[in-house]
Amino acid sequence: MVTMAESAAEVDARSRMTKGGRRQRWLRRAPLLPALVLVIVVTQLPFLTTLVISSFQWNVLSPGQRSFSGLTNYVTVFTDERLRSAAVNTVTLTASVVILSLLLGLLLAVLLDRKFVGRGLARTLLIAPFLVMPMAAALLWKHAIYNPEYGLINGTLNAVWQLFGADRGPVISWVDSFPMPALVASLVWQWTPFMMLILLAGLQSQSNDVLEAARVDGASGVATFRFLTLPHLRRYLELAALLGAIYVVQAFDHVFTITQGGPGAATTNLPYEIYLTMFREYEYGEAAAAGVVAVVGTIIVSIFALRVVSSLFHEEVTR
Amino acid sequence: MTGTVSAEFVDRRPAPHKTGVPPRPRHRGVTSDVHRGGIRWALVAWTMTLLFFAPVAWMALTSFHREVDAATNPPSLFAELTFEQYGQLFDRGVTPFLINSAMASCVSTLLVVMLAVPAAYALSIKPVKRWTDVMFFLLSTKMLPLIAALLPVYLVVQRLNMLDNVWTLVVFYTAMNMPIAIWMLRSFLAEVPREVLEAAQVDGANLLHVLWHVVRPIAMPGIAATALICIIFSWNEFLFALNLTATRASTAPVFLVGFITNEGLFLARLCAAATLLSLPVLIIGFAAQNQLVRGLSLGAIK
Repeated sequence: MVTMAESAAEVDARSRMTKGGRRQRWLRRAPLLPALVLVIVVTQLPFLTTLVISSFQWNVLSPGQRSFSGLTNYVTVFTDERLRSAAVNTVTLTASVVILSLLLGLLLAVLLDRKFVGRGLARTLLIAPFLVMPMAAALLWKHAIYNPEYGLINGTLNAVWQLFGADRGPVISWVDSFPMPALVASLVWQWTPFMMLILLAGLQSQSNDVLEAARVDGASGVATFRFLTLPHLRRYLELAALLGAIYVVQAFDHVFTITQGGPGAATTNLPYEIYLTMFREYEYGEAAAAGVVAVVGTIIVSIFALRVVSSLFHEEVTR
Repeated sequence: MTGTVSAEFVDRRPAPHKTGVPPRPRHRGVTSDVHRGGIRWALVAWTMTLLFFAPVAWMALTSFHREVDAATNPPSLFAELTFEQYGQLFDRGVTPFLINSAMASCVSTLLVVMLAVPAAYALSIKPVKRWTDVMFFLLSTKMLPLIAALLPVYLVVQRLNMLDNVWTLVVFYTAMNMPIAIWMLRSFLAEVPREVLEAAQVDGANLLHVLWHVVRPIAMPGIAATALICIIFSWNEFLFALNLTATRASTAPVFLVGFITNEGLFLARLCAAATLLSLPVLIIGFAAQNQLVRGLSLGAIK
């Protein structure tokens, strides 16, 4: 009897509490919602729309012929030679840029981790390539550096050749002869500072005591780097590589400017191919399907990326 | 063993970088080695630095040359300097592009900060349930390739009659930068001491009051750094600016499209345009370089 009365009161109290609790929860959520809703509406709903469009036969040049076509566009995407080569080019481009800029970034970070005359100024100058507008950087490389007649590379070669008495240096058309490396070099130049900054932060977070202990124990510099610094840097390397990959996969400005995907489709990556399908061929359905494939591919890569970030993140939260 | 390795070792070890670490004892007789190693090190580091910086320096130098001196082979380093190219750019109407870019990046950044600070508050100071899930949802939105969103965005904007309108870019850049800003701000707000907030927070105090009078002053350096990163990203954005604008609302990167083809190329003017349009971000980036790494790593690295 007493217990029953008690439990009734308890139930009553609990229900009042959850009501208040719900209000409390919404009060807590309120500041978050505007930002979240905006992100979802502007950047996430479009992906769903893309999914819908991808099931249509829809070319703007033949109006009135928009019709549901199921998975036809996906069949086209997976059998189209151009799209397949675009996918391969995307992987080649991203992998080469990320690996090369990571290696160069590591080298620069190790150099900058030591004191030398003008270290602060050197660091500032090294950040510059990353800050130059990508469109401007792409133009700069295409015309001021790669141009066969007056580009900086051939110009310098010419000057060196003339210095040694030759009549004229070699004339190499860099973009035509080496389209993919030309593209990679310009992107590596832009992304190396990004890698360097993250790796330098990693190097500087290494405990000095550990290095000191290694020194006292008589470990060589190479051994210290190999067995202490590199393992410590591993997560920074992963973070830099994955963040870099997220951006480089989407590289558009450089392809659009330096090679226009050419010669043929030799340097066309997925973003550029999708852009062409959309705004040059007006095949909306097909472009959407290619977009969906690109998103799925990215999600697979992102799962690894998220794991890396979450390991760093949880460490920070639990600290 | 200790005696024999020291010389080589002192040479290679990275210098201590944290202040407050006692200077490491120098071994007698290796000082000159250290010194020589230091010079060698500085030489290698500076060679690499100058190689990387050369294209930027070349761009800036060429922008002050006359066209006849720009496209020469071998390159002319010591030609006469002039502001002619910059004058030409303004004569040819670069100003509206600059204004559009300034508008799109500053207004969107302002909106980002206004929405992201409360969001970060709800993810760190008074966290909602499962706030880590929200964080990772936001991060995952940054990973999807924007190109896949371009077509639907384009169609909707077209239907709304908002093509070639700066406000379209403002809305889009706000949403584009929001996840980065929230991640960054959360890492800054998480550092605000609890006691300060609890002391300041009168029971039932208005959220806006707390944000403006307590959070804003403390988190100001973080907010500034976040804003700078957002300005950089929206100033440089090209893909959406190219496809969502035509003549009136085009931003700085779109101005450069005219320089892509080889025909009638003006190299000095191209360099002037590239320098001028990159300048705001270069200045911001140099000014914020100590915060840059934190922003680029989404707050994961301090």
